[in-house]
Amino acid sequence: MAKGIWIFAEQREGQVKKVAFELLSEGRKIADQLGEELAAVLVGKDVAGLVDALGEYGADKVYLVEADALENYTTDGYTKVVADLVKQYEPSALLLGCTVTGRDLAAGLAQRLETGLMTDCINMELTDGQLVFTRPVYAGKAFVKASCPEARPAMATIRPNTFAAVAGAKTPEVVKVTPDTGDIRQVIKDIVRQISTRPELTEADIIVSGGRGMKGPENFKTLEELSDVLGAAVGASRAAVDAGWVSHSFQVGQTGKTVSPVLYIACGISGAIQHLAGMSSAKCIVAINKDEEANIFKLADYGIVGDLFEVVPVLTEELKKVMA
Amino acid sequence: MKILVCMKQTFDTEAKIAFDGDGKIDGKGVTMIMNPYDEYAVEEALKIKESGAGEVTVISAGGAKAQDALRQALAMGADKAVLLETGELEMDEYATAVVLAKAISELEYDIILGGFRAIDDGSAQVMGRVAEILNVPIVNVITKLEIADGKAVATREIEGGSEVVEVSLPAVFTAQKGLNEPRYPSMKGIMKAKKKPMDKKSVSDLGVDVAPKVKALSFSLPEQRQAGKVVPGEPAEAARELARMLREEAKVI
Repeated sequence: MAKGIWIFAEQREGQVKKVAFELLSEGRKIADQLGEELAAVLVGKDVAGLVDALGEYGADKVYLVEADALENYTTDGYTKVVADLVKQYEPSALLLGCTVTGRDLAAGLAQRLETGLMTDCINMELTDGQLVFTRPVYAGKAFVKASCPEARPAMATIRPNTFAAVAGAKTPEVVKVTPDTGDIRQVIKDIVRQISTRPELTEADIIVSGGRGMKGPENFKTLEELSDVLGAAVGASRAAVDAGWVSHSFQVGQTGKTVSPVLYIACGISGAIQHLAGMSSAKCIVAINKDEEANIFKLADYGIVGDLFEVVPVLTEELKKVMA
Repeated sequence: MKILVCMKQTFDTEAKIAFDGDGKIDGKGVTMIMNPYDEYAVEEALKIKESGAGEVTVISAGGAKAQDALRQALAMGADKAVLLETGELEMDEYATAVVLAKAISELEYDIILGGFRAIDDGSAQVMGRVAEILNVPIVNVITKLEIADGKAVATREIEGGSEVVEVSLPAVFTAQKGLNEPRYPSMKGIMKAKKKPMDKKSVSDLGVDVAPKVKALSFSLPEQRQAGKVVPGEPAEAARELARMLREEAKVI
């Protein structure tokens, strides 16, 4: 019988993604309830140095899969080595972070393993020994609880920031795997990184977002200053993206990114339903808007009715003092 | 060049979600649209066709109504449509991918395009599964695509940047916003679309096993958020008060 809760420990450039630690912490609880082992699958080149951190967050075991061909993520290479490992050890569940890589890997992997995959989940619980996942549909306008009752492993991608990463202390058993990376058909020609000191939108604890009320691309500087004080990511509504003020990678909403930060500050955003779908699971929402009738105020925890160009600079200065 | 586009009909982005008597999502009276990400896929297929010789076939698995979305793609300029009627069958992403892949395997193709996700289920996995079943490489979430000499060079979005990936054809690509600006169907295109071929097949015609792997247990709506406080005062004064509240009351900074 399939046994063991597995976490795909995503790393890029020698850094484990925070979501992997979140999954280990929550996976630890599930594994304990089931009396099963919690294992991390770590794939890359020269990544052995990351093993201890995975133990710290709860892994009993780390499958260390290293090869030159695995230095950069490729769909084919990573699908092959993870699928081979799953077929050999037969875990009962395999969890990945719902990141660009996690999503890319999970789909083909689920098909190769002929199993079910629930994506972008925001909760996971055990019901009668079965893992039940909650996932948003229509970008959070509704939720569905679902399970993968028969096929194994049950697979899910979990949205970053869903679970708390709790460090314990454990020295994991390491299983070194010499993988057959197979024929990798995707050839990476170039990787372009935007140099940014700000956190990733989907992983950020705080997001400062701008909409139509920003009036132009130059004014996003005001939001950047606020976000730098808070260590926040900058986001935008569809209106701001479609106007060409910021690139689509900033867009929050049903046709952009869905986010769940601790604090979401919406500046000059009216609150169209498709935007709200992408951010209404934030713990605390602040709205700054000139129009007191704006929809966004209906769900904001704190609202300021006023000109954002007057409010935001003062807020930035005040927060500097508060955060000092 | 034979180009296939997998597409899906979805609720309009402005649609509100309600449940029917069985506690499932109610589609009655909801405006249906072509999944916005699939529009980018259709547009890209048409651009490739227009830059050389080619044929674009659009394909969708769904109810009879899904042919409206297929007709829209035909009106944009696609040549042929295939509707895979799933009727009352309960489908998950596995089942959908099996159905699509079986139908595709009976066609010729050099390039398969689709949206990187649909705005309803948002699961972003059907195309990945289709590529796996067909055993062709996939490049996901692309914002640029160049085709030359039996190869494709695609730029795909990754966290905090982008990646340039080369693959040999045939291959699957999934479209992200930014890939292109989808055209609107012209009146002439709409008229022409009525005469273009629409091949209809049922799941039983395809002879595949579509028992889903995932079981949906229950649906719910998000908790309604309550409107909170409006921070009073002139802008500067309110901003000062807000900073204090975020720290002392909400304790989020």
